[in-house]
Amino acid sequence: MSARNAILKRLRERADGPLSAPESDFAVVTHRGWSQEERLVRFERWIASVHGEVIHADGDDWTETLARVLADKGVRRLALGKQHPVAAEARRALADTEVELVDVDRDIESWQREQFESVDAGLTSTRGAIAETGSLWLWPTPDEPRLISLVPPVHIAMLDAHTLEDTFFDVVEAQGWAGGMPTNALLISGPSKTADIEQTLAYGVHGPRELVVIVRHAGTAVGEET
Amino acid sequence: MSVQTFTPREFHRQAHDALGNPQIRANFRKAMDGLMNKRRDSFGDWDLETLRELGANIRLRALAKLPDLLEQLEANCEANGIKVHWAEDGEQACRIIREICQSHDARSVIKGKSMVSEEMHLNAHLEEAGIEALESDLGEYLVQLNEQTPSHIIMPAIHLNTDEISDIMHDKTGTERTRDVDYMTAAARQQLRERFMAADVGVSGVNFAVAETGTLCLVENEGNGRMTTTVPPVHVAVTGIEKVVEHLRDVPPLYALLTRSATGQHVTTYFNMISSPRKEGEHDGPSEVHLVLVDSGRSRIYQDDELLDTLRCIRCGACMNHCPVYTRVGGHTYGTTYPGPIGSILSPHLMGLEDTKDLPTASSLCGACGEVCPVKIPIPDLLVRLRRESVGEGRGNVAGAGVKRTRKEAAAWKGFQWMATHPSAWRAGTAVAGKLRALTPSKLGAWTDYRTAPKPAGTTLHALVKRHQANKTREEER
Repeated sequence: MSARNAILKRLRERADGPLSAPESDFAVVTHRGWSQEERLVRFERWIASVHGEVIHADGDDWTETLARVLADKGVRRLALGKQHPVAAEARRALADTEVELVDVDRDIESWQREQFESVDAGLTSTRGAIAETGSLWLWPTPDEPRLISLVPPVHIAMLDAHTLEDTFFDVVEAQGWAGGMPTNALLISGPSKTADIEQTLAYGVHGPRELVVIVRHAGTAVGEET
Repeated sequence: MSVQTFTPREFHRQAHDALGNPQIRANFRKAMDGLMNKRRDSFGDWDLETLRELGANIRLRALAKLPDLLEQLEANCEANGIKVHWAEDGEQACRIIREICQSHDARSVIKGKSMVSEEMHLNAHLEEAGIEALESDLGEYLVQLNEQTPSHIIMPAIHLNTDEISDIMHDKTGTERTRDVDYMTAAARQQLRERFMAADVGVSGVNFAVAETGTLCLVENEGNGRMTTTVPPVHVAVTGIEKVVEHLRDVPPLYALLTRSATGQHVTTYFNMISSPRKEGEHDGPSEVHLVLVDSGRSRIYQDDELLDTLRCIRCGACMNHCPVYTRVGGHTYGTTYPGPIGSILSPHLMGLEDTKDLPTASSLCGACGEVCPVKIPIPDLLVRLRRESVGEGRGNVAGAGVKRTRKEAAAWKGFQWMATHPSAWRAGTAVAGKLRALTPSKLGAWTDYRTAPKPAGTTLHALVKRHQANKTREEER
């Protein structure tokens, strides 16, 4: 008998007889009832507590904020997509600046060392965020592949304020994740970190040393919408 | 630093050595105090009892449907393009992984943290086949450089302090001697990035495997897990068969419990959910993903209603952080992949009670482990059950049951049982013991190493009460 069938047989012919499966009540991980403002406050507090930097930007001017961030961080080569509106707008805004735009729609095999050694930052969109834990959620695509949020030393993520939800459970349920998962789904909460050396926190051990979240507030002034 | 090997057979000697090592005691005391406080703070305003109840309930539901869920997981993974393998034991799992490596002419494997791979000694197996296996979790990397094994399932290098780590990195990788943690971290980043780029295969563990969608979930802070599962052309995930959950919505409560219980974090930096290899048109990620499901004694635990609870574990390590024994003797003393209370209830099933008979006694039964367990495993009860199994008083569902049974002890307890259920014999016996109290031995084996031997009282409690009542009656009559 194959290992598979032998294992399944043992599990099915359980000595103490079949087990009954209990129902689960998920109330404790949902129904927070936070307002949009509360969500923002919580998101910002939590992601800041793990070294994530949050910068608010006003509607269409978010690319100016991006340019400022790039200047502050000394980013000369920025990896980003092409088709996603975030990438497209960033490309237009940065076209005439000194920042070199690095295409990511290439198979990693052809530019692995370049990505690992000579890209200063990666820019990605986000699909949303979680207020309760200060987490971004990303579903990488061919346009914005998995490694640009991981390999460069700085990750800049653009978050639309209205996509914030209360809890991870709410996101999974409301966005119907179970109906079709992508190759890779990610929650990102802060930059890469470790406490493996005598519990002393250090950032950027494998992934980015810095995570900058630009929160875009559509149309209205910062913090005013509900 | 001398390299020691540890074995559960030498638990008592190793515990004695560890207790005599002030460095080890200080390192663990400091770390465990910090972790206990952080855990408490992180659950702050949560309704922790309700959340634990839900966690236990989700895990129990998964176990109740385990064979069906494993088949569903397999079907969904295969439909997504993930190849699923089954292994009866660690050796078989090692062979499967080696063959995957060999089919790609792999010379170097990079690893994310996986306790199951430690359990089956995967690194040694691969190295025998001429395949280098390098750990990439910083703690595991340091422990591997130092030719040791992890001393904690979440924080593998918790037994080392900054100076010791500085020496290890200096000796093995040529970095400067320093107390600068940022410098050492940056140096390790540099060293490991080269290895990620060169690796032929990435091997990781799995925190939760979701049957409903065929998704493998990995929890981490460093990003080495994402690197391991994204950079090399082949990814092999290896996990115990109990790690499956039914639905995607079962994951958020378990994740909330796991990070807070483990390190007191409200969330980890990364939650990485993998459902398929690189698809047509995608530009990164492995072109092949394998999942190796390992039994290795788990289906035996599964047979028994009481022991089953062991399989609810989500490997947070809270039981060790709160264990007064673990905190004092450290993780290596146990000589097993899983140390502390969870190790003491799990290792006997993985390795047999012959080798692990002392582990269920490595507890004062204070109950802290059971109180903090996020999925409410009654660890103290299971420790007692394994103590009974080791003297042959259990149900015999554990390999090596009865290993500690001696005729003398069994006869002594049988005699005690008879005495204690026959009042006149009991009274006569205790009266005689009282008379002969001067003859009681002062040495009673290990018991009297740190204690004074008990002496029976000259007059038994029974006799005292009787005399007292007689006096009282006489006074009342007067």
